[in-house]
Amino acid sequence: MEKPTNQARLVKAPEHFISQELIADINTNGLDENRRGFLRKGFLSALGGVSAGLVAPLAMAAGEGDPAILEKQEWQTTLGKNVATMPYGVPSIYESNLIRRESPGLTRVSAASVAFTPLQGLFGTITPNGLHFERHHQGWYNVNPETHRLMVNGMVKNPRVFTMNDLMRLPSVSRTHFIECGANTGLEWGNVAVPTVQYTHGMLSCCEFTGVPLKVLLEECGADFKKGKFMLAEGGDGSGMTRTINLESCLNDTIVAWAMNGEMLRPENGFPLRLVVPGVQGVSWVKWLRRLEVGDAPWGSKDEAIHYIDLMPNGDHRQYSSIQECKSVITTPSGGQQLLDKGFYNVSGMAWSGRGKITRVDVSFDGGNNWRTARLETPVLTKSITRFNIDWVWDGSPSIMQSRAVDDTGYIQPPIKTLRNVRGTRSIYHNNAIQSWKLDTNGEVSNVQVG
Amino acid sequence: MFKLDKLILRLGVAALITVAAQFTFAQSGLAQFPGIGRVATPAEVKAWDIDVRPDFKGLPKGSGSVEKGQVIWEAKCASCHGTFGESNEIFTPIAGGTTKDDLKTGRVASLKDMKQPQRTTLMKVSTVSTLWDYIYRAMPWNAPRSLTPDDTYALVAFILSLGEIVPDDFVLSDKNIAEIKMPNRNGMTTKHGFWNAKDKPDTNGSACMHNCVPFVQIGSTLPDFARNAHENIADQNRMYGPYRGANTTKPPIKQLPGTSGLGLAQAVETHSSAAKGPSVLFKNENCSACHAPNAKLVGPSIADIAKKYEGQSGAVDKLSIKVKVGGAGVWGSIPMPAQAQLSDEDRKTLVLWMLSGGK
Repeated sequence: MEKPTNQARLVKAPEHFISQELIADINTNGLDENRRGFLRKGFLSALGGVSAGLVAPLAMAAGEGDPAILEKQEWQTTLGKNVATMPYGVPSIYESNLIRRESPGLTRVSAASVAFTPLQGLFGTITPNGLHFERHHQGWYNVNPETHRLMVNGMVKNPRVFTMNDLMRLPSVSRTHFIECGANTGLEWGNVAVPTVQYTHGMLSCCEFTGVPLKVLLEECGADFKKGKFMLAEGGDGSGMTRTINLESCLNDTIVAWAMNGEMLRPENGFPLRLVVPGVQGVSWVKWLRRLEVGDAPWGSKDEAIHYIDLMPNGDHRQYSSIQECKSVITTPSGGQQLLDKGFYNVSGMAWSGRGKITRVDVSFDGGNNWRTARLETPVLTKSITRFNIDWVWDGSPSIMQSRAVDDTGYIQPPIKTLRNVRGTRSIYHNNAIQSWKLDTNGEVSNVQVG
Repeated sequence: MFKLDKLILRLGVAALITVAAQFTFAQSGLAQFPGIGRVATPAEVKAWDIDVRPDFKGLPKGSGSVEKGQVIWEAKCASCHGTFGESNEIFTPIAGGTTKDDLKTGRVASLKDMKQPQRTTLMKVSTVSTLWDYIYRAMPWNAPRSLTPDDTYALVAFILSLGEIVPDDFVLSDKNIAEIKMPNRNGMTTKHGFWNAKDKPDTNGSACMHNCVPFVQIGSTLPDFARNAHENIADQNRMYGPYRGANTTKPPIKQLPGTSGLGLAQAVETHSSAAKGPSVLFKNENCSACHAPNAKLVGPSIADIAKKYEGQSGAVDKLSIKVKVGGAGVWGSIPMPAQAQLSDEDRKTLVLWMLSGGK
C-alpha cells in the first residue's frame, strides 16, 4: 500500500482558480509539465487577486500552512444571520445535492410515481423527514386535519368514528421502524439497471413513528379477534388505497401513527394519519388513513391482485407476500461515488429485517470470497435499520464490495443467484439480494452483479 | 358490509334515538377511553364502506352492458388505457395475453411461457371483484369516485369482453357476477413464507467466511450508454468529503483525483432543489399529470402544442384564458380542467414555455 501524501491535504487552493476546461483536460489526460505550468500560473493569479495581506502565497503552498487556517474566513470576521431567519430550518446550502429524486423513465406520470431517498449521503439510522421516500398511487394532498376522520367498522361491536383530536388523546407509543417498498431493488431482478444506491435501494426509510397501537384502537371498538383475522386499511386519497392487513401477524406491533421523527407526518408521507406495519412492505402502511374494517377474509384489492404480487417461474403469482426479508447495503462508498485517494476509509451501510433484529453483518472486499464481520452501531432495534461500519485501507487495486446481513431468526441474506434459482428473473418485488459495488483503480464505484 | 354490522348499526341507531335526542352522537358504553370517538352512523358507514371482496361482500345492486361500457370507456378511459385496453402509454395494458384455453384452465399460460412482452391486468387478476372495486373507488384516474355502480358494471363488462371472457352482448350485474370465470382465477398462491412474520423463507444465504467463491465473475454491469441516464451523479452526492460523485457527463477519469479532490466538480452555493422556472412550475402545478414533453398522455404533448400554435398571433392570450377557465374540443373530447389556482404571472410563464416547446 502506498502512503497518502500529507502535502496534498495542505494545498487547498481557492475555488475556481482554474478553468473547467483545464479540469476536464487534467481529468482526461492527467498532469504533465505543460499542464502543471498552467496550474502554477492560475494559482498565482488567483491568490494575487484575493488579498494584498497574503505576502507569501508560494511559501504557503510549499508547506507553511493551510489557507483555511492561516486566512481569516468570512464567517469569522462578519456578522452572521439572526436566529429564526429560517423559522423551520432547512439544510445547509452545501447539502443541496442530497434530495429525493425520481428515476428517469421509471414512470410516465408523476402523480403515480416514486421519489427515492438519497441513502448515499445519510448517516446513522434515521431518515430526515424531508428525505423520506415518496410513493403515491394517485397524487398527494394536504389533507385538512380538522376534517380528517378515522372510521372503524366491520366485525366490531361498536363501529366508531375518531377525529384527530380524539386519536391524539389516546395512549401513544413511539417506535423506530424501517419502511421499505416491496419493489425496492426490484429493477435489478434481471440485471443491473440503475447507477446509485439512491435508485437501487432508496425506497427505504427509517423513522421514529408516534401513534396509538392498532390493538388499543380495535379493542376499544370491540373487534371480534376470533373470527376477524384480517383488516382492511383504506386511505383517503384518490386511489382510496386499500390493503389487507394480516391481524395474526401484525396486530401486536402495528401503529395508527400521526407523527414521524418528532413532528407531524409530512403530507407526502400521509399527514395527518398513516398506518405503520413494522416489517411489512410499505404499500400496507396506508397513508391518509381513513378507515379500518375488520373482516374474516382478505380483500384482494387492486394492489393485492395486480401489483405487489411475485411471479414465479411456474407462472404462479404469490399473493399477499408482505414480509420484507433481511437485507443490507453498503451506502458509503456506493455506486456512482468517487474515492479521492488510497488509504483509510470507514465503509458504512445499513441492515434491516422485517422478521426481527439484525444480529450480524459481514463485509467482503473481494466479491464475496472472503468476509469480515462489521461493527453494529447501537441501537439495534427490531424491524428497524441498523447501521454497520468497518475499517478498510484501500491499496488502490480494484475491489468488489458486498455486505451480508443476518437476523435473529438465523436467516442469512442471499446472493442474487440464490434468489433467482427459486424465483426466476421476472419478479419485480422483494429482491433482498446481496448488493455488489465495484471499485476501479480510478476511484470510481459502479453497480455490478456477481455470478 | 357484514350482516353483523347491520344489526349493530340498527342497535346503534336505537341507542342514538334513546340517548341523544338532539342528534349528538352517543358514546359507546363499552369504551375504555371515555370521551374519545363516537358511534359511526349508518349513513357514514354506507358512504365509506364501499369495498368489494372476492366473495362479493359489499357489492351494490346494479347492472351494465358491454355496449354501455364501451361508450363510457371511450369517453373516460380510452385516453389513458387505449381504445381496446391495449395502451402502454401511461399505465400497463389492461387486456391482451389471455386465451380461450386459459379460460378453461384458470391459468394464464403466457405467465409461464413468457411469450408476452408485458403482463396485462387480465393476465394477472384472479378475482373479478378486484376490477369492480378499483374502478368504482378510484377511476377515472383524474376524477376518482365519479362513476355510479351501473357505470362500473358496464365498464367491468366491457373489460371482460376485451379479454373475450364474456360475449359482446353481455350484461353484467350483481346477480351474475359470481359466475364470471377469470382466465387466471387459479393463478394466485398464498403458500409462501411472506404473509406472516413467523413463516419460513424460501431461500437462505451462506455464512461462509473464507475462500467462499474462488472464481468471482461479474455477471452484469451498467452499459456505457447508460452512464448519464440518471443525469450527473456528481450533482447527487456531497461536493465535499471522502465520497464525492463521479462526473457522469464525461467518460471515467483516468487516475485518482488525489486527497484534495482537485479536478472534481466544485461546490456551488446554489440550492438545486430550490430551482425555479417554468419546468418546475409545470411539475408542481400538476400539469405533468396530463401533458408530457413529446408523448400524448391525457392531453397533447408540449411539442404538439408548440407546433400547433407556432407563429400564431394572440396565441399567448388565447391559451392563457384556456388554462384559466379550462376547455375541450381542440385536442379531442377530454376536457382540460380549469387551473384557477395559478397567478396570472405563472400562467403566462407556463404558456410561453409550452409555446416554446418546453425549452
